[in-house]
Amino acid sequence: MAQAAAVNTKWWSGGKSPFNVEYGKLMMWYFLMSDAFTFGAFLISYGTVRMSSISWPDPNKVFNSFPLAGHANLPLVFVSLMTFILIVSSVTMVLAVHEGHHGNKKGVVKWMIWTILGGLAFLGCQAWEWHHLHDQGAWWGRNPFANADGTVAGSNFANFFFTITGFHGFHVLSGVVINIIVTIMAWKGVFERRGHYLMIEKIGLYWHFVDLVWVFVFLFFYLV
Amino acid sequence: MEHQTFGGEVTMPHEAPGDDSKKRIWRTTWILSGITVLELGIGYLLYLTDFSSGLDLAFKGAVIILSLAKAFYIVSIFMHLGDEIRNLIMTIVVPLVLFVWFIIAFLADGVSWKNLRNEYNPKEQIKQEQGHTAPAKEGGLK
Repeated sequence: MAQAAAVNTKWWSGGKSPFNVEYGKLMMWYFLMSDAFTFGAFLISYGTVRMSSISWPDPNKVFNSFPLAGHANLPLVFVSLMTFILIVSSVTMVLAVHEGHHGNKKGVVKWMIWTILGGLAFLGCQAWEWHHLHDQGAWWGRNPFANADGTVAGSNFANFFFTITGFHGFHVLSGVVINIIVTIMAWKGVFERRGHYLMIEKIGLYWHFVDLVWVFVFLFFYLV
Repeated sequence: MEHQTFGGEVTMPHEAPGDDSKKRIWRTTWILSGITVLELGIGYLLYLTDFSSGLDLAFKGAVIILSLAKAFYIVSIFMHLGDEIRNLIMTIVVPLVLFVWFIIAFLADGVSWKNLRNEYNPKEQIKQEQGHTAPAKEGGLK
């Protein structure tokens, strides 16, 4: 963060670091930028195929169940829950980073544990949804859902859904694993000895990015 | 040389932000939740009512704009990109401008693909091919 820097600092005049961030954090940003292109390519190819189709399955008819709710027709409810879980876990992550700025080890560990729990809850929801859809006959190459206009749909819908939510879910899973590792490190006092909690900030960037991707997955698969 | 110091711009340890930043986190949380609720509201509106295709498209466009606003808040406040130096912000944001072209080009291609398939008439095609290729072949044999 460059709040201390004067507005008129000449960053390119030599003798100083023009980005004023630590190497790992800069590289995390570039990794996330490249990852944004990967997800973007997935979502744009989905959009292209959907645009090229005369009709497409209606998400409100496909995603209309909730655990333990039987056959009740509840469109958007379960995915709203998943979205809020991810938003909340993003907030707890910011709070962990915030505690890190103050060097408060206990606070960092506490909020990281909440973040991990949020990530696990999201993964649990996704596992349930995949299982439920699989039960209904959907999988890669198989799509039981009719198009919105009543015609039989090809497997494109299911292929894109499982590939993109799967890729996102895998990001969440790796995020949870890394979160667990850095939480243990924070708890053992590694960052305290290091004198800063930059590692929490870096994994925080990754975690927020995963939330950011979900904003668009939620938008393009469930809302529009 | 002992003058290899990075002076006041050393990034670690971070200066502890004031209490202001916690307030900002909560405000952003409420904004994100509010936008999500609004999006869901529009989602239900689209589900429950049968709009004309123009109005339908307008609501979908509104949801997309709301999502972009969410993305902005996540990146600039939660990821603190807004607090970084302009140079850094630009190296991240400028390459992403490519998406503007990606989206326009690929979606337009999808639409064109659909139109081509809709217009495609295999029987007509065969007739045309027979009409044209036969003389051309004779010409080629000479």
